[in-house]
Amino acid sequence: MVLAERENLLAAGHRACPGCGAAIALRQILRALGRDTIVVSATGCVETFTSPYGMSAWEVPWIHSLFENSASVASGVQAALEFLQEKSSVVVISGDGGTFDIGMGAMSGMFERKQNITYICYDNEAYMNTGVQGSSATPYGSSTTTTPAGRASFGKIQHKKDMPAIALAHDVDYVATASIAYPQDLMKKVAKTKEIYGPKYIQVHTPCTIGWGFDSSKTIEIGKLAVETGLVPIYEVEKGKPMVVKKVKNKKPVMEYLKFQNRYRHLLKGEQKDIADQIQAICDKNIERFGI
Amino acid sequence: MSTISVIEGSMAVAQAVKVCRPGVIAAYPISPQTHIVEFLSQFVADNEMDTKYVRVDAEFSAASAVYGSSATGVRSYTASSSQGLLLMSEVLYAMAGTRLPVVLTGVNRTVSAPITIQPDHQDTMALRDTGLIQLHVESSQEAYATHVQAFKLAEDHDILLPVMVCMDGWILTHSFEPVKLEDQEKVDEFLPPFVPKYRLDTKNPLTYGAYADDEVPEFRLMMHFAQDRAKEKIKKIAREYEAKFGDYFGGLIDTYRCDDAEIIMVAMGSVIGTLKDAVDKLRKENIKVGVLKVRSYRPFPGEEILSAVKGAKMVAVLDKSLSVGQGGPLATDVKAAFASKQAPPVLGCIAGMGGRDMSMTLIREIIEKSQKAIATGETPDTEYIALKRQYLE
Amino acid sequence: MIGAVCKAAGSLQYKTGTWRDNRPEVNDNCNGCGICETFCPDSCITIENKKCIIDYDYCKGCGICANECVRKAIVMREERK
Repeated sequence: MVLAERENLLAAGHRACPGCGAAIALRQILRALGRDTIVVSATGCVETFTSPYGMSAWEVPWIHSLFENSASVASGVQAALEFLQEKSSVVVISGDGGTFDIGMGAMSGMFERKQNITYICYDNEAYMNTGVQGSSATPYGSSTTTTPAGRASFGKIQHKKDMPAIALAHDVDYVATASIAYPQDLMKKVAKTKEIYGPKYIQVHTPCTIGWGFDSSKTIEIGKLAVETGLVPIYEVEKGKPMVVKKVKNKKPVMEYLKFQNRYRHLLKGEQKDIADQIQAICDKNIERFGI
Repeated sequence: MSTISVIEGSMAVAQAVKVCRPGVIAAYPISPQTHIVEFLSQFVADNEMDTKYVRVDAEFSAASAVYGSSATGVRSYTASSSQGLLLMSEVLYAMAGTRLPVVLTGVNRTVSAPITIQPDHQDTMALRDTGLIQLHVESSQEAYATHVQAFKLAEDHDILLPVMVCMDGWILTHSFEPVKLEDQEKVDEFLPPFVPKYRLDTKNPLTYGAYADDEVPEFRLMMHFAQDRAKEKIKKIAREYEAKFGDYFGGLIDTYRCDDAEIIMVAMGSVIGTLKDAVDKLRKENIKVGVLKVRSYRPFPGEEILSAVKGAKMVAVLDKSLSVGQGGPLATDVKAAFASKQAPPVLGCIAGMGGRDMSMTLIREIIEKSQKAIATGETPDTEYIALKRQYLE
Repeated sequence: MIGAVCKAAGSLQYKTGTWRDNRPEVNDNCNGCGICETFCPDSCITIENKKCIIDYDYCKGCGICANECVRKAIVMREERK
């Protein structure tokens, strides 16, 4: 596998917030995919900031129609390419809302049909485009505008949905998690999908400066901490092979990650400290379960 | 040579779709659309069609898949009914807005609640404002012809809009009639391969589904202008079909014994056959009635309707659906088309909803109400025909 | 174009450099390793002759490049407007 040296397929002039993790994800994903790719996106941050009419940042063919149907649109694109006997890669790039919540049925259908499509979720852990509302990808204890911390609330009560496990339950050909903070790993995984025929799922952890509340220069730093604490496990499962997990040598306490982000600010105070302990327990469990 | 077979209406549609050679079909089963997609699946399974059939998880995905395939430059088809069409509705708006020339069959069935699988026009009426062209058919033979015409219309670069062929569920889809099936070769001459204006192609990367701010009114208006242009195209394509295959079912509208008629019934779909039969009977009783079939509901042929009925004393518009809080949608459109023009009065008649049988008794009720309105000079806005009052309590 | 279809890379017309409050400046420590280019969200860094070049027409001044540079070759300075 050879990546096109510094090929850039996301043009400058897009309207992502300064320090946007999703824009970094897009650049890395497109670099690994190359030009012979058709991208389908759900409604969301990426769709909005890349596609003002007449000022599209996409340098590959790109289609968006609605929030909940990107996997189904991709199914149609893939079927059409098969009919035309063309071989371009068909790749969905959708956010966690479009993947974990509203578009999950369509994605499940695409997986079940065993179509040759790569589904990439850029996971910024809430509905950022509409103003940071909670999604089923929002992690435990995180404050969003619809799971706000308050006198009687510590933020989101439920745990993050385990979407890669759901993808694996469909017996798809390749499932991986990645982070924009580890671009070589991410690009290697994305490039690998081009060699595997069938449905593939990659979930990319994508920090969001506005939604999570950290300085725009810290996007990568935060992304690294999420991995180094064990909160976001990085692994891949190629069908028929054992899971490969990214090991972390010097694991950091989760507080190192939480304390930089406004969405966890309420946990730093005394009375909700036990919630932070529970998040540490999630990390510990991940470390044990995945052998991080 | 064409062949005549006694087949189900659903088979007539499937045979028409087959000779149109779509590259992609995506569909989800719902009564009474099911036989259409079963037949098409079998054609693909038997290698009688070179088509990718995408078996999807919901109607929403069916519409979305053909959205994707059409944008990739491949002729695409889907079919649904009732709840399924409503589930598609969000996609259909986007499909029309993105100017994707998908053809779909809207098998007319009423909408829940209460749930039933009986036919009326409530489902496709709910899609009236999507931007889809809506053509209603009267018979299986017309369904066959109209599907072939629909692809030609949708894919015309002056139009580029999805076309929905509406046909009454059960009454047409599940009844057997002799249907003339055309030769593949002749259909190929009539309907050449789809040439997309744009497509998703890595050699020329385009952006589909952009975010617009300032441009929105113009994009929606352009769809309206395309529908305006479709008025001439629908007529032209219907005549071209006649020249090629010998069958003509009307352009935007069709008329039956309207020339000297005092009462003209305006309706859409399978009821037209029943009304023509009724007209023949009523004419023998010296009642001067005629029938006007609205074949194209969108674009709406207001001027054509007016010029066909202007000699009548009463226009009775039959609606198989109800815009709750307003009245019959077809009657409302006819009245709007007649407003501030020299036109006969319009009596809106809600009849045949939920599959209630359009019997001769019921048609006589419409004629009697029309006669009464003519005699008194007072036309009620809407009459509810064959109401069963016991259910109103 | 009808249906709101549009051409690729039209975003280049839109100069996001006007959003910037802080300006990354590259010093002699730069060896053109390209870490900054990989992490730049705004596609406004290129590596030429082993040196990073920042396109100020588009740079929004997020500061990721300066934060991630291992050689401290990029320093953020307040933009003079």
